[in-house]
Amino acid sequence: MIEVTDQLNRRLPATPGNPLAKRVWASAWPKVLALAIVLGIWQLVHLSGWKKLIFPAPGPTLASLWDQAGTALLWHAIATTVQRAVLGFVLAVLIGVVVGTLVARIAPLRAAAGSLITALQTLPSVVLIPFALILFGITTSAIMFVMVMGAAPSVANGLIAGIDYTPPLLLRAGKMMGLRRWSLYRYLILPASLPSFVAGLRQGWAFAWRGLMAGELLVNIANRPSLGVLLSTDQAQSDLVDGTAIIIVILILGITAHTAFGLADSAIRRRWGLDIQT
Amino acid sequence: MTALATQGAQAVQLVGVSKVFGRGPQAVVALDQVSLTVAPGEFICLIGASGCGKSTLLNLVAGLDRPSAGTIGVSARQVALMFQEPALFPWLTVRGNVELALRARGASKSERRSRTEQLLDLVHLSGFGGKRPHQLSGGMRQRVALARALAQDADVLLMDEPFGALDAMTRDVLHDELDRIREGRPFTVLFVTHNVREAVRLGDRVVLLSSHPGRVADEFEVAIPRPRRIDSAPVAELAATITDKLKEAVAGA
Repeated sequence: MIEVTDQLNRRLPATPGNPLAKRVWASAWPKVLALAIVLGIWQLVHLSGWKKLIFPAPGPTLASLWDQAGTALLWHAIATTVQRAVLGFVLAVLIGVVVGTLVARIAPLRAAAGSLITALQTLPSVVLIPFALILFGITTSAIMFVMVMGAAPSVANGLIAGIDYTPPLLLRAGKMMGLRRWSLYRYLILPASLPSFVAGLRQGWAFAWRGLMAGELLVNIANRPSLGVLLSTDQAQSDLVDGTAIIIVILILGITAHTAFGLADSAIRRRWGLDIQT
Repeated sequence: MTALATQGAQAVQLVGVSKVFGRGPQAVVALDQVSLTVAPGEFICLIGASGCGKSTLLNLVAGLDRPSAGTIGVSARQVALMFQEPALFPWLTVRGNVELALRARGASKSERRSRTEQLLDLVHLSGFGGKRPHQLSGGMRQRVALARALAQDADVLLMDEPFGALDAMTRDVLHDELDRIREGRPFTVLFVTHNVREAVRLGDRVVLLSSHPGRVADEFEVAIPRPRRIDSAPVAELAATITDKLKEAVAGA
């Protein structure tokens, strides 16, 4: 047994001094580098004198960003947008999970709805905006509709794929253990499909975020300042400096959400031992 | 520990069991008229070349598949199955894996907790309950799989080449462990292997299957007293005899 224990100790990954800081830095430095490259190219385009009168330079744009960050309007807009993003995404996840579970479990439904879900996934959600506007009017519901239609298919597909690819060996083991129907689902199939489900969530989020931005730009709700509204106001006033500052805010929000999904994904992979090379 | 419900009767009985995969000219006969009687508490080793339907036989006894012909009688409350791969659930800890088997048969929370510690102790893994399967060595994972199988409180344990993927040292240790555990509770075992020495080391009886189609070619009583060693002379001698027969069975196929 002593030998076996030694073997175990060797296989355990050594814990680095400060894993969180290291992880943040490891995922942050390529982004910092990318940022520097973008700023450099941006500045060069500005120096080249291309469309000199309207093209925003990095300096004034960042200054505008700083100024706008001092106003309540920007924070109000961010709050509205983030609130919609969370609400729309949660709604899409709920609908996606229900649809995905039903489709995965009920064979006839599978044949009918399986390809429909994939087809819906290929449909750019922005084309649903006219439909949503007529159906719901100029309301938040119209924006939510576009988000859900964009994101729910990805969530459902992720779940269906996860359920489909539950390793047959684990299914046999579970059945031999006496897991049946609901317990088989609850204790085996659902946890086994988690990595694929999270991949679906991630993709669904990307679609939801695009849908939200398209919705906010095109569904202009009065007296509800959002990032999309600020951006289209800047467009109306040909104010590319302020507009670009808003684009940067949108970019930062997107990157933040993307990083959060990345962390969740790698946490699951670590827990499952998928990251460890054996 | 648990009295066998069917003392004196047969633990497992196969009568004229055949299994055909596919239909028409493409049909493959995996098992042909296999009859086998296993007494309660008996340790049966099934050996044969690949394609002799050993794993199919275990699946049939486990109830994971149905025979094409013949009858299978399993007079056990519970049958457990161990695979060549540990088939542990990667999202659960070692303790969680064992506890899930107890939960599946409706054990209470306190019972699950105490029984899990007991079982992990039995397979010499107490202290590793909080680890995840990927953090363990191959031999340790198979110990967890054994603990999980024992947690099912089965009267019949089916083992499908459970030590086939392990190195010789680890395998020898696990052979001893299996003997030791069965001293405390002599459950019936059907053990599939392609390693003749392993079969002689472990089995009360070694059943030789021929391949294409799988038939019972021969049977050998292993009268060697326990504890046995895989490298002892009597084991090697009987293994040599069986290996010769095995070669005949393969050549005849």
